[in-house]
Amino acid sequence: MALPARWSQKLEASDPTDEIMEIQMGPSHPASHGTIKFNLKLDGERIVDCDVEVGYLHRGFEKMCEQGTWTQCFPYTDRLNYASPCINNVGFALAVERLLGIEAPERCQYIRVVMSEIARIADHLTCLGMAAGELGAQSVMFFMLEAREMLYDLFEAATGARLTVSWCRVGGISRDLPEDFRERLNSAFKHLDALLLDCDKLLTRNRLFIDRMAGIGVMSADEAISYGLSGPLLRAAGVSYDVRKASPYLIYDRMEFEVPTGERGDNYDRFEVRFREMREARKIAEQAMKQMPHGPIAVADQRVTLPPKERVYNSIEGLMNHFKLIMEGIKVPAGEVYQAVEGANGELGFYVVSDGSGRPYRVRVRPPCFLGMGALNKMLIGHMVPDIIATFGMINMIGGECDR
Amino acid sequence: MLIEKIKERFGTDILMVDSVRDEATAVVSRERALEVLRTLRDEPGFSFNFLSDLTAVDWLERTPRFDVVYHLRSLTHGHQLRVKIGVEASEPWVNSVSGLWKAADWLERECYDMFGIRFEGHPDLRRILLYDTFTGHPLRKDYPYNRRQPIVEEVDPVTHPRSPSQ
Repeated sequence: MALPARWSQKLEASDPTDEIMEIQMGPSHPASHGTIKFNLKLDGERIVDCDVEVGYLHRGFEKMCEQGTWTQCFPYTDRLNYASPCINNVGFALAVERLLGIEAPERCQYIRVVMSEIARIADHLTCLGMAAGELGAQSVMFFMLEAREMLYDLFEAATGARLTVSWCRVGGISRDLPEDFRERLNSAFKHLDALLLDCDKLLTRNRLFIDRMAGIGVMSADEAISYGLSGPLLRAAGVSYDVRKASPYLIYDRMEFEVPTGERGDNYDRFEVRFREMREARKIAEQAMKQMPHGPIAVADQRVTLPPKERVYNSIEGLMNHFKLIMEGIKVPAGEVYQAVEGANGELGFYVVSDGSGRPYRVRVRPPCFLGMGALNKMLIGHMVPDIIATFGMINMIGGECDR
Repeated sequence: MLIEKIKERFGTDILMVDSVRDEATAVVSRERALEVLRTLRDEPGFSFNFLSDLTAVDWLERTPRFDVVYHLRSLTHGHQLRVKIGVEASEPWVNSVSGLWKAADWLERECYDMFGIRFEGHPDLRRILLYDTFTGHPLRKDYPYNRRQPIVEEVDPVTHPRSPSQ
């Protein structure tokens, strides 16, 4: 891919007998978590300039969504931020529901919140676990991945799959929670607590960890806002912006939770913010499980929800309803909507345009970690090569979301 | 509320302003867009300091063909606004807002990559998600999703180094 125009300038090394080294930290690198290329100009160990190349996982999500029906977009949304797929499903479903002017039933909203929060914890565990592992804290990595395994068991119980869940539908969810979900959730969370306590003891006041992370990759609040950062990257800089509080959706306005913020906007604060967010997400999930009412899990509107199989197989109307919804798709009225949800990386926005047919006209995903990668150049200049690992790990670039 | 303030402040600069499903949308002409967006960012009553998203929509049969869409958010006041600029197919360019919000740097590069809309004043407008020898702009409606691309010739990096300064 093309390099920026400024790359042809000859820069002076700080040692007059030396010269600037140009090196590519290629798309497949054992220490970088994802397919990203860093074109670096190095003065010894210090980074003088860095051009970040993304796009190695670009699969044409937005183009493919236009080719199928509305419901056929859900498997595509799974593969966006694949560390927290439920949140992507929920975001897209909410956008389409706003265009339709319908609201999912109460129970469905509570279930969506529970699964979103579990997904958020899983995402943070992935990010922090891999970041700690890349810095050398192997035990922390394995503890967090063990905790994540238990959450994947919960996903599998509720949706049928560990990662690519395709679980939301327009107007509801595909299946209800299993009978023993509450017990499984409680036991998973107890185990999670114990593991998180261990990780806290291992890292938070660890001299090596603080030396690697504190003061590195600093973004001030104003810069972070200008770069469009959101989520833990912005909150680490001290700006308390969380979509769940700023524009509440689902039943987040009934949940009591705090939004942890940092002070200095460095990697250490980003770690701490994600760590504390896991505890807050756990609180939300438990409150939602307690308050969850009984009821339907999909809106009872035959223009939107598939009829039950008994009706499909035993009546011609049911058969026709099923056929039209599958073959032509849900007829969403013409219009546009921008629905933002709080993804694990920040403001995950879905800008959906409909032309009135059963196929989307335009589906745009506002990817939070894409903007984080745009700011990476600013965070790295002046630091050293090992700091790339730490900073890049804390941005939590998920290839599926960044490149789509 | 926001609609009234916008109508009052900008008058004829705004071609259309509307609120559907609690979302305010304003349409601006290309010539006035940079000024309007700058005012929206800087004036204390608006303070749209956060650029949520910058993208485009291809309305193939319509004139103007493209809509460049900005989603703005004010972190201080909490309101959101969508600003649209209509862009003709024969002159696909708008002014870059990368001087107003640094987020626009990469977002405009992606919009150029996918739609072919040029952003005048952008410091480094080149493809971002696709490789630089890709032909065409895939999110345009006249680009079929299953089009194949020509094979890229292999280049020896030793005899033809990529970086101009080596």
